[in-house]
Amino acid sequence: MLKGGVIMDVVDAEQAKIAEESGACAVMALERVPADIRRDGGVARMSNPRMIKEIQDAVSIPVMAKVRIGHFVEAQVLQSLSIDFIDESEVLTPADEYNHVDKFEFDAPFVCGATNLGEALRRIGEGAAMIRSKGEAGTGNVVEAVRHMREIVGGIKKLTTLSSTELPTAAKELQAPLELVREVATAGWLPVPVFCAGGIATPADAALMMQLGAEGNFVGSGIFKSDDPERRAKAIVEATTHFNDPDRIAAASEQLGEAMPGIEMAALGEDGRLAGRGW
Amino acid sequence: MPDAAGSDQPASAGGPRIGVLAVQGGFQRHVEHLTEAGAEPVEVRIPADVDGLDGLILPGGESTTITMGIESAGLGPAIQAHHAADLPILGTCAGMIVAGREHLGLIDITTKRNAFGRQLASFEDDIEVEGIVDGSIRAVFIRAPWVESTGKGVEVLAEVREHPVAVRQGTVTALSFHPELTPDNRIHKWFVNACHK
Repeated sequence: MLKGGVIMDVVDAEQAKIAEESGACAVMALERVPADIRRDGGVARMSNPRMIKEIQDAVSIPVMAKVRIGHFVEAQVLQSLSIDFIDESEVLTPADEYNHVDKFEFDAPFVCGATNLGEALRRIGEGAAMIRSKGEAGTGNVVEAVRHMREIVGGIKKLTTLSSTELPTAAKELQAPLELVREVATAGWLPVPVFCAGGIATPADAALMMQLGAEGNFVGSGIFKSDDPERRAKAIVEATTHFNDPDRIAAASEQLGEAMPGIEMAALGEDGRLAGRGW
Repeated sequence: MPDAAGSDQPASAGGPRIGVLAVQGGFQRHVEHLTEAGAEPVEVRIPADVDGLDGLILPGGESTTITMGIESAGLGPAIQAHHAADLPILGTCAGMIVAGREHLGLIDITTKRNAFGRQLASFEDDIEVEGIVDGSIRAVFIRAPWVESTGKGVEVLAEVREHPVAVRQGTVTALSFHPELTPDNRIHKWFVNACHK
C-alpha cells in the first residue's frame, strides 16, 4: 500500500532510518544513488545482499532493491532475501539488450520504468505490478519525468476516446498487448499504480507530479544529496500528501537549504541519458 | 484513477458523508467503494475535512507514514472528537494499527505490525466476519497486522491462524485486511448503513 507515498533511495541503514522517520512509505536500497552512478561511471549492478539485509533489519517499512534490466538471476537473489519489491531499473547497466525479466516467474512484485504508455503496457504485459516514470535519474531535473507522465496519462486519455474498432491499430502503434489496451480504454487508467521517478528535487516537484496524475513519488538523489536530508524528506512527503494545497507546499519549502545541484538535459548528451535503456 | 487537480471531492450523492483519511495509502479504492455503496465520500487531509462527517475510514498504507501525516496535519484531535461523538469509524490494515491504543486510542487493542510477514507472505483467505457480513468474504492480507491484545469491551469478529483480524468496540471496527481491494462491496455497504443518522 504505497499509494500517496514517497519511496526514498538510501545507501545504508542510517539513511533508511532517517527516511522512515521522515515519513517514507518505502525505501530503495542501493549502493550508490543515481547522481553518484552518473559521476562514477562503470557498470552499475544489484546491491550487496548484506547491505540490503542491514536495511531490512533497520526499518519496518517495505524495502525495495534494483536489478539490471533482464538480469533474472539478480531478481532471484533479491527474492530469496524476501525483498518487498524488485525494481528492474534503467539506472543500473542493462544485462540484456533484448529481453526484460519475465516477471510472472516471480512471487515478489516488480516495479518498472516507462517513458510512455506503450512501454508501460509492455512492462505490465511482462508482469510488472507497478509502473514508474523513468525521468532522468540523478539529474535533479524534473523535465523528463514530466514528459513521461504526460505521455503516459495523455496516452491513456487518448485510448478512452477510441472506438473498439480502432483499438487493434492503437495496440499495434503502441506495440502493446491488445488485451491490455482494451482494458485501459475501458477503465481509463492502468491496471497497476503509476508513480513518478526521476529528477524530483523539491516539494513543488513532488506536488507537480501528483497533480499531473502520479499516484506517489520515488525520490532518489534529491534527498540525500541535499543540504538537510531529513527536513527535505519530510517536506517532500508533506507536498506529496497535500499536493493540491499551495499554502502547505510553501510552508514545507521554507528553510530547506540548498537542493541538490541540477543538470540541464542538453549537458548530458545522448550517451548520458538513462531513460533510453529498456524498450 | 488518481484525482485530477482540484476535483478530489465528489459531488453529493445524498447518502451519509463519510471521510476517508487521505494522508497516504489506499484511500482511492475506499472512495470508489463508498460511492458505489451510496455514500458521499470526502477525502480527509486537514482537520476541517472532518467537520460534519457521519463516519470515517482509516485506510491501509504504511502506518508509520500515516501516523506522521496525522501528526503533521494536526488531525489527531479532530479524529478523536469524531470518535467522542460516537460516530462510526472503520480502520483497515494500517488503519487498524492507527486506531489502536498505541496511536489514536480509538479502540482498546494493541497490534503487531507486519505480523504475517513481509510482502512475499501476503495472502488471501475466505473468512467470516461475525455481525458484519452474512457468509464468508474474500479477505486480502498485505503485510497485514493482527491484534495482539484486546481490552474490555472489544469483540473479536474474526480470527486467522488463531489471531484476531477483525475487532469491534462501540462504534469502532478494525480489520487487518483490505475490503476495498475486492469487488465485493458488502463491508462498505454495512459501514454506510451504520453511518446513516
